[in-house]
Amino acid sequence: MNAKTDAQTDTGTAQTDGIQGRASVRPVRSGDGEPHPAGVVPDAPTQSGRVTGTSDRVTRILGALTLATAALTAWLGLVVTPPDKVQGQLVRLIYVHPAVATMCYAGFGLCALASLAYLWPRTRTRRWDRLAVASAEVGVVFCVLTLVTGSIWGRPTWGVWWTWDPRLTITALLCAVFIGYLALRRTGGDPDALAKRSAVVAVVCVLLVPVDHEATTWWASLHQTSTLLRANPLIHGEQLYTMLLSFVAFGLGFAWLVLHRYRVEVLEDRYADEGFDAAISERRAEGGLLAATASRSDGVAP
Amino acid sequence: MWRDALLVGSKDLRIEFRSRVTTTQVAPYAVLVLVLFGFAFDQDQNLLTKAAAGLFWVAVLLSSLLAVQRSYAIEATDGARDSLRLSGLDPAGIFLGKTLAVVAELLVLEALLGFGVVVLFGVELHDPALLVLTCLAASVGLAAAGTLYGMIAAGLRVRETLLPLLILPVVAPVLLGATQAWMAALGTAGGGTDGWKWLSLLVSFTVIYIAAGSLAFSILVEES
Repeated sequence: MNAKTDAQTDTGTAQTDGIQGRASVRPVRSGDGEPHPAGVVPDAPTQSGRVTGTSDRVTRILGALTLATAALTAWLGLVVTPPDKVQGQLVRLIYVHPAVATMCYAGFGLCALASLAYLWPRTRTRRWDRLAVASAEVGVVFCVLTLVTGSIWGRPTWGVWWTWDPRLTITALLCAVFIGYLALRRTGGDPDALAKRSAVVAVVCVLLVPVDHEATTWWASLHQTSTLLRANPLIHGEQLYTMLLSFVAFGLGFAWLVLHRYRVEVLEDRYADEGFDAAISERRAEGGLLAATASRSDGVAP
Repeated sequence: MWRDALLVGSKDLRIEFRSRVTTTQVAPYAVLVLVLFGFAFDQDQNLLTKAAAGLFWVAVLLSSLLAVQRSYAIEATDGARDSLRLSGLDPAGIFLGKTLAVVAELLVLEALLGFGVVVLFGVELHDPALLVLTCLAASVGLAAAGTLYGMIAAGLRVRETLLPLLILPVVAPVLLGATQAWMAALGTAGGGTDGWKWLSLLVSFTVIYIAAGSLAFSILVEES
């Protein structure tokens, strides 16, 4: 209902959202390439921000920090920390898999929180909807990465790529429900109605996250229980620090991805708005041209 | 709310009773699925008996998709969805009513399919009380989740393809719980499976779907 006003306000703040745009004057041209006389198109959109990307200083710093912490994690994880007594070199996946899985939960959790904020009438703005779709998409990426890294670890340890363990099965379901959510987001139609429907789906789907997290304690699961979230963590010293650092690295990467994805969403809204305005002004220009020709031929006619 | 629910539910059932789509299309489809399982398992009677519970619930799940799609197809024509919205009925009542109608259809289908698995797959019913209660809880769960997602997909151009993708992963816990409870009740579980515990899991999921649907329907009805 108030999508237009919301979108306009947000388009106005696109600069502060971090999109680098350069205002440039784009002359409206008719079919044969001749610029219109100034009087014919009174309210054509002359201001059109030309967008050069979705990055700004914040994302560049975030990206650099991500690379630095990831490199440090890789060095600590692959070189400094010792191999495990039982698992040998395989233990090094603990510096990737738990952090990736946590970012997957973070993505879906953020999506649900943003969806709740959108459903709450007082905080209903397009920003929450954009944040929801951005974080859900990044969450799905991390969810797939979780399944892949887990599978790589499972093959040499358990002897199978996949087993019907509660934790694994629920993670796969979680991935499936959010792929469904993303499919729903692509259906088009009225943006407000779509945002509401998607928000409801996100809030229902996120109920699987706590079930997934507790799956290892509720059922007799093959998957091990939490390494860190207990009174006496299972790892110590440099291994613990490396693992914690991996959370920081993937967290930064997560924030970097969500920020970029959010800005793509801002650009899509802007593209839709400006495309609409441009189409209207083109039609108006045609109408003006027709009127001008008509009045000229009227003058010539006897 | 309950009066509105009964009103909407009886309306849906009356339409179904008069159009006979459920009895002439959905029910034969469900039986056909059972027969196809027989082909897929190469008529291995032992294997079919062992897998009967799972196959039964997969057949119910596939039929419930049709029932939900049908439940919204009857609202799609003649602006019925708009009149439902303008009727001033309680949204939660609409949700519960549509759910009740789907539950009634599913129970009829389950009776038919239950007869089918006994005859075709040669299973024996050990614990009728657990079987019936599982059917009730699972039907309500399937219908509630289906009705909620059916409303979300209603009016979209791609609803036929989108709806299964949305519903199937969400009702997977129902399939799991119902299958385990039925395996215990049919005596095909590998010992030590407590059917009643799975039934309680099933009931908790059903309660979640009912609560989510009742809350979400007011948002979905007013805007979609």
